[in-house]
Amino acid sequence: MNRINKKLQESQKLLSIYFTAGYPELEDTTTVIEKLVESGVDMIEIGLPFSDPLADGPTIQESSTAALKNGMTTAKLFDQIKDIRKTVDIPLIVMGYFNPMLQYGVEKFCAICAEIGIDGLIMPDLPLAEYEEHYQATFEKYGLKMIFLITPQTSDERIRQIDAASDGFIYMVSSASTTGKTSGFSSVQTDYFERIAALKLKNPQIVGFGIKDEETFKAATQTAKGAIIGSAFIKTLTEKGLDGIEPFIKSIRP
Amino acid sequence: MNYNVNEKGYYGDFGGAYIPEMLYPNVEELRQNYLKVMQEPDFQEEFKALLKEYVGRPTPLYYAKRFSEKYGTKVYLKREDLCHTGAHKVNNTIGQILMAKRLGKNRIIAETGAGQHGVATATVCALMGLECIVYMGAIDIKRQAPNVARMKMLGATVVPAESGSKTLKDATNEAIRDWINNPTDTHYIIGSVVGPHPYPDMVARFQSVISEEVKKQLLEKEGKENPDYVVACVGGGSNAAGLFYHYLDTPEVGIIAVEAAGKGIHSGESAATSALGKEGIIHGSKTLLMQTDDGQITEPYSISAGLDYPGVGPMHAHLFRSGRGEFISITDDDAMQAGLELCKLEGIIPAIESSHALAIFEERKFKKDDVVVVNLSGRGDKDLNTYIDYFKLA
Repeated sequence: MNRINKKLQESQKLLSIYFTAGYPELEDTTTVIEKLVESGVDMIEIGLPFSDPLADGPTIQESSTAALKNGMTTAKLFDQIKDIRKTVDIPLIVMGYFNPMLQYGVEKFCAICAEIGIDGLIMPDLPLAEYEEHYQATFEKYGLKMIFLITPQTSDERIRQIDAASDGFIYMVSSASTTGKTSGFSSVQTDYFERIAALKLKNPQIVGFGIKDEETFKAATQTAKGAIIGSAFIKTLTEKGLDGIEPFIKSIRP
Repeated sequence: MNYNVNEKGYYGDFGGAYIPEMLYPNVEELRQNYLKVMQEPDFQEEFKALLKEYVGRPTPLYYAKRFSEKYGTKVYLKREDLCHTGAHKVNNTIGQILMAKRLGKNRIIAETGAGQHGVATATVCALMGLECIVYMGAIDIKRQAPNVARMKMLGATVVPAESGSKTLKDATNEAIRDWINNPTDTHYIIGSVVGPHPYPDMVARFQSVISEEVKKQLLEKEGKENPDYVVACVGGGSNAAGLFYHYLDTPEVGIIAVEAAGKGIHSGESAATSALGKEGIIHGSKTLLMQTDDGQITEPYSISAGLDYPGVGPMHAHLFRSGRGEFISITDDDAMQAGLELCKLEGIIPAIESSHALAIFEERKFKKDDVVVVNLSGRGDKDLNTYIDYFKLA
């Protein structure tokens, strides 16, 4: 069984962390992963930086720009994490935009991910229709779970299509926004969380965007299986460096 | 072969809608409605009336006698420079503002590079009384102060894009981010034949009035609808799409697309996407794109701010790959000389974008009785400072 499916069966109120590979320093990638594991996170999204991250707010944009300046590339990331499975056994997901994957070669990218032990991919600008028509067979051949996003504006009909095409979890974007934007959750979000819960989807949902502290983590995991923190974690890295990792994680889930 | 968009939103291998799920409802709403709305009689009536009364269409198809004599062929100029606001851009913003109103949107966003599309958008927002926010790279804001002032006078809010390289591609990213954050009341008026389907097709259709008019005008002047060649500059490619549109499936009409070579194709400072680009994804579209081997989008360069886009519309990528279009690239120097030459020979100061199209006659020979239609996409007023600096006129 894929590590993602297994983890989702075992854990409640799962905490997943997104970080940008090659940030703050180029060679920090594996150290960040290992420190996150030591701090007790359940899953990690390794961000492959892109020059034009459309769905991201300033925090992740800036970390991506810095990582690219540091010299991060797709090949470099794969080299850094080639032995990661010797020390880490939680689910690892690579999250990035589609163009770098396309240039690397979709099949080659998938093959290396499988070899390393990556469990899934999040490609926000690779939409469902394109995925199903052109890439699903390749992803599946290498046992990679494609994780799709839904938002408060996504229709029930489309959510059901996405649920049918998914086998892992659904990434539930908390509000209509780019990353790192929202300040706490209002009744709009809680209504949305409840609407989705009522759909009784086959895939569990993990909430992302706008989770930044214990309070928002608790609110998000009331109905959803878990929550993803990105921008708030990157801010911690920027301000406090690698030593900030453990205290941050403990503050979310004391 | 089909050179127009297919039902899936592709031109051959190019196009599609590579967008984050957050944009799906907006783009899908547009995709489901744009053709239906454009075909409604009252939409057509309002669009045509505004093009006539407000934009000043039809624009003349002018036989450039002295220019033709110099190059030994028959050159007609399609005078888009005479449109209200000084370029073809307004054809599209008129169409899209009417579309936005029919979709019930009351907040308009746009990206702009040099400011021409921003001005054209601010203009139609003022005309319709809608809120207008224009994203413009922080560097471009400094370079294009008069257009920033024009947008402000027209009531628009100009927001600097401080991310990435702080130019057109980043302004486009910021506009897309704005749309993600404002998913219900906002319409995004993209200024070129780029972006996710249906934008390239919708913008091309609004600009297709250019070739629709050329056909009629040429029939009057030459007794035939079809020239031997149509020539236009290509950044994203909206003026070119407009001029080529009704000739795409007429193989006897040669299509010539002119890109900006900047300081030379291999100088590292160029915007010649067909020569330097590889297939990739930018702003929601699969197209030819200037990028690193690692798939990071690179910053193009041209003396003309309207041509320094790292990609090209998917229609043009398909015209290039299929061989239907002939692609020529022109350096800064050759474009500037051609611009000045048109001033001297015809008394017309062209935009530097359009000067690239005029420059091909130095290197591309035509037969004496060939009829060549060049799209004079914009006027040169906005480029005066560049002309002054380049030719040391002051």
